[in-house]
Amino acid sequence: MTVFVIRRFLQSIAVLCVTAVIVFIGIYAIGDPAEMLISPDASPAERAQVVASLGLDKPLWEQFFTFAWNALHGDLGRSFVFNRPSISLIFERLPATLELTLTGLVFALLLGIPLGLLSGLKPNTATDEVIMTGSIFGFSLPSFWQGMMLIMIFSVWLGWLPSTGRGQMGEFLGLRSSLFTLDGLTHLILPAINLSLFKLSLVIRLTRTGVRETMPLDFVKFARAKGISERRIVFVHVFKNILIPLITVIGLELGSMLAFAVVTETIFAWPGIGKLLIDSIMRLDRPVVVAYLLVIVSLFIFINFVVDVLYSLVDPRVRLGGAQ
Amino acid sequence: MTARALFAEDMLLGRLVTGIGRSPKAVVAAVVCIILLFAAVIGPYLTPQNPFDLAVLDILDSKLPPGSQSMDGMNYWLGTDGQGRDMFSAMIYGLRTSLGVGVFSGIVALLVGTVLGLIAAYFGGRIDTLIMRVVDLMLGFPTILVALMLLALLGQGLWKVIFALILVQWATFARAVRSAALVEKNKDYVEAAVTLGIGTPRILIGHILPNCLPPLIVIGMLQVANAISAEATLSFLGIGLPITEPSLGLLIANGYQLLMSGEYWISVYPGVLLLVLVFSINIVGDRLREVLNPRLGER
Repeated sequence: MTVFVIRRFLQSIAVLCVTAVIVFIGIYAIGDPAEMLISPDASPAERAQVVASLGLDKPLWEQFFTFAWNALHGDLGRSFVFNRPSISLIFERLPATLELTLTGLVFALLLGIPLGLLSGLKPNTATDEVIMTGSIFGFSLPSFWQGMMLIMIFSVWLGWLPSTGRGQMGEFLGLRSSLFTLDGLTHLILPAINLSLFKLSLVIRLTRTGVRETMPLDFVKFARAKGISERRIVFVHVFKNILIPLITVIGLELGSMLAFAVVTETIFAWPGIGKLLIDSIMRLDRPVVVAYLLVIVSLFIFINFVVDVLYSLVDPRVRLGGAQ
Repeated sequence: MTARALFAEDMLLGRLVTGIGRSPKAVVAAVVCIILLFAAVIGPYLTPQNPFDLAVLDILDSKLPPGSQSMDGMNYWLGTDGQGRDMFSAMIYGLRTSLGVGVFSGIVALLVGTVLGLIAAYFGGRIDTLIMRVVDLMLGFPTILVALMLLALLGQGLWKVIFALILVQWATFARAVRSAALVEKNKDYVEAAVTLGIGTPRILIGHILPNCLPPLIVIGMLQVANAISAEATLSFLGIGLPITEPSLGLLIANGYQLLMSGEYWISVYPGVLLLVLVFSINIVGDRLREVLNPRLGER
């Protein structure tokens, strides 16, 4: 187990290094870093000072080490617009994004698993056909388009739910979140549904495939022969086996939802890191863009690492296969 | 091309057509796909006006609701946008851009992925490990994140978007081709071809590739739908195509601000068209997967 975790950890570090190199090449080799990292309205003296502090007059490999060293110390440059370290801007907005993503994920699971079970247990029936066609519809709808329709229907026409912002935040156990006030909750519903719909289709399909592949297996027949109730077979025996692929995909999709939050946050003006990214791209605030990319990639790699470890806990075969 | 390859392709085509034919849903979707493709190809002959010719645009005609008449008696069946552009014409041109970007990037990604996948499977060893490491790395990140990263660093533009879409798609093809080719590689006919002294490139392209086509076709369809959707998303966010190349995503973004004030048609109609396009491609792709996947069998 420890060997597996260490190996997996080293791999994560390697991927992180590769990404850092790619981002570095993106800024320093393809573009002109002076133009990217120095505000357009800086005076020549300021310019020279930044060039010296970033070491832009040194050879490329030396620049990379300066970049990596600064990044390791949490220094990813200062925002031109806010004139504050870009990393602190990111961390200020991260909770809003996490709140949105996790709520969306919970929605997707609460709806997706039952629908997938229903569809998988009765394959090729009308119910199955409706659920499956609906799920194709779900992932065909581009996320931004869903968001717009949600706003149009529930905010503009029906006027039930607010369409922008995060609303009032409450405090609970030292955490500030929209989840703890009624106003905040009403603000959270639409964006969270928007973010979850895309993943909902995936959860449905995975659960359905899992059920269809597990049901014909011998252990299910054996359980039936033993006289165990159908309900117990599905919810205990079969469900455990579906859980394995589900955990992996949920983990991976959590990362992809963090990325997709960019779209949802832009539409619903949710003050998270995704909106910050788009705003920063528009304002040419490149240090923030760079910081966002590095933070989100690190987060993503961290999630993948946790998922793999969890996965090996649920399914010992992975661990044993990996250790050989 | 050898007779055998042609024959294999022929059988494949037959299987695909009958497979689609057996599902009414897939038939409708396939017809819709063909109509949309046709409309995109002959676009300029279909539209009542060229939406980019400023001479024919009249600002007095801006934001007209669907069905209204223009100052010179033309009917705007789907209304006009903020610049007085006929929405129907703008949508057909948008469809051309969206489909063009999606199909082109899909085909290039397919070619790149196929070549690398075949090489990885056939030669194995270090080349295989190297290629598959890169594939795993690429597939580990969500499409939209990679595209965002790239466009955030490079800036917007038609070729940059196409490049980003190719970059996020090739790995899927490479993995599929590799796993199909690994199975084919050990079959007798390949050994026979090697014994006959046929050159490696010809074995790969003429003998192994035709037998790897089924998964490629399915993934190709689904990837084109993904690419169209991804491009629309990026353009909507304002980091995809520039305003000079309005795809469906950009048209939707243009109308988005007006949606709140009740001028729904400017963004809803392009949205519906985008949805129909992606949905029907996905339905056909999904049906093909069922037909070609022996594990699931006929439904």
